[in-house]
Amino acid sequence: MFEFLVKRIATIVPTLVFVSMLIFGLQQLLPGDPAVILAGEERDENVVAYLREKLHLDEPLPVRYGYWVGGVLQGDLGESVRTQQPVLDLIVQKLPVTVELAMLAMAIALTIGIPAGIVSAVGRGTPWDAAANAFALWGLSTPNFWLGILLILLFSVQLGWLPASGYVSPFVSLSDNLAAMIMPAFVLGNAIAAVLMRHTRSAMLLVLNADYVRTARAKGLSERVVVLKHSLRNALTPIITLGALEFGTLLSGAVLTEQVFTIPGFGKLIVDAVFNRDYAVVQGVVLVTASAYIALNLLADIAYVAVNPRLRG
Amino acid sequence: MAAVLPFARTDLATLPSEAGAWRRAWRRLRRRRSAMAGLIVVCAFVLAALLAPWLAPFDPIETSWSAIRQAPSAAHWFGTDDIGRDVLSRVVWGTRASLLAGVVSVSISLALGVPIGLAAGFAGGFVDALISRITDAFLACPFLILAIALAAFLGPNLTNAMIAIGVSATPIFVRLTRGQVINVKVEDYIEAARALGNPPLRIAWRHVLPNILAPVLVQATLAIAAAIIAEASLSFLGLGQQPPAPSWGSMLNTAKNYVDNAPWMAIWPGLAIFLLVLSFNLLGDGLRDALDPRQR
Repeated sequence: MFEFLVKRIATIVPTLVFVSMLIFGLQQLLPGDPAVILAGEERDENVVAYLREKLHLDEPLPVRYGYWVGGVLQGDLGESVRTQQPVLDLIVQKLPVTVELAMLAMAIALTIGIPAGIVSAVGRGTPWDAAANAFALWGLSTPNFWLGILLILLFSVQLGWLPASGYVSPFVSLSDNLAAMIMPAFVLGNAIAAVLMRHTRSAMLLVLNADYVRTARAKGLSERVVVLKHSLRNALTPIITLGALEFGTLLSGAVLTEQVFTIPGFGKLIVDAVFNRDYAVVQGVVLVTASAYIALNLLADIAYVAVNPRLRG
Repeated sequence: MAAVLPFARTDLATLPSEAGAWRRAWRRLRRRRSAMAGLIVVCAFVLAALLAPWLAPFDPIETSWSAIRQAPSAAHWFGTDDIGRDVLSRVVWGTRASLLAGVVSVSISLALGVPIGLAAGFAGGFVDALISRITDAFLACPFLILAIALAAFLGPNLTNAMIAIGVSATPIFVRLTRGQVINVKVEDYIEAARALGNPPLRIAWRHVLPNILAPVLVQATLAIAAAIIAEASLSFLGLGQQPPAPSWGSMLNTAKNYVDNAPWMAIWPGLAIFLLVLSFNLLGDGLRDALDPRQR
């Protein structure tokens, strides 16, 4: 296990290096002098000179990359042109909101996706299966910002049950917080539920044909025990690892959902940064999401091996 | 040249059976009702895009201050928007941006991803390791967030949105192609082609590529669905098609401010995205079943 851990952790090093190059490289796409563009609309000469100095723009590209990576490794992601705050601070401020949204969405996705997948696999070919598959297709084909608008139309405008926007911190009022988060979390969870349902269905179909499941049935165990105890437990591992890969979809979706429901999270941060031409913030957000994705993947892989002794080798 | 001729004949000999395989796949696809429904709806949208100038009852960008936010009526079937433009006409014209974005961005992904994947799978060793690590790095950045970042740095317009989506989706095709090539590479017929002295590029082009086309085609169809959603998302955020040019995403962006008094502004463009994406997904799922009988 220890050897596996070392090897697996070693593989993320080159990936992280290329991610950093990719994100640093984004700057090269800017048309014209980065210092002038980064200085914002005022193009204050002092700011331009300061940025040229700070970003080492007179140095060759590899040297600039070296400075940039050096800063990132010390937690310096640059500073926002708009607010002069360090990018890392901005991200740390907004992160908890998005993490809450993501966790609620994942909870909803798991509660819908896994039972739907089980029902669909057990009742293969029945109307239940067809209904679950139709649900998955709906989830995969609905743009989540549209679903958000439709929910606002129904629950906020028509019925007046839930607020259309207005984030409240859970530390101020948990009930107001949940009232504001339930629609965005459902919108976000809906698409993930579709993916989870498909994974669960195929994993369960594989397991339901396995010899040990036939043995369990032959022993005369009830179908309930066979499905939930013998099959699901074994199908769950690939479902959980594949679920971890949906983290990217979750963050991508959060950008749009936060925009629809005006939730002051990570997604709102990157969109506002784009429109304020606050490129350091854009880079910072991409860097943090990519690193989080790599870390989650690593954890999922380790968990996969940890629960599956045959893979330890 | 003369030495190649006999082998060229063997190539010809494989062609009819290849065509036969595609014909069989088409027959299987035709039997799948959901896939055919998807195909028909996709064709209908393509027609709408081509015939937009004749189908749309009004000019999609002409404003009318006397017809602001009117509910659907006999004159304006889908109602009018916040500055009096006909929503139906804008939805019809918006088909062009969505289909164009879907097809162009996936073409970019294919044009970049398939050759790079072929190179990685075929060359192996250091080239493969390098390409695979770079692919991992791209895949680590969530698709839409990478597309947003690229579109932000390139500048917001439809062309750049298509480039951003195409580049962000490329790693999927690199990985798919590479995996397929590694499977196919060890087959006897590739070994035979190599033994006959075919140069590597010719083997890759004539023998490997045709045999990996099916999964690439399936992935491309599903990727068009994802690209259409991505274009709508970028336009919704203001990073795609710029106003006043009609695009479903930017129509929804405006519509969200008028949900309480003009809900029709939000319903129709969203429904159009949903129908078109659903159809591509149905078609892609059907193609997968038709082209890969082992999966059934």
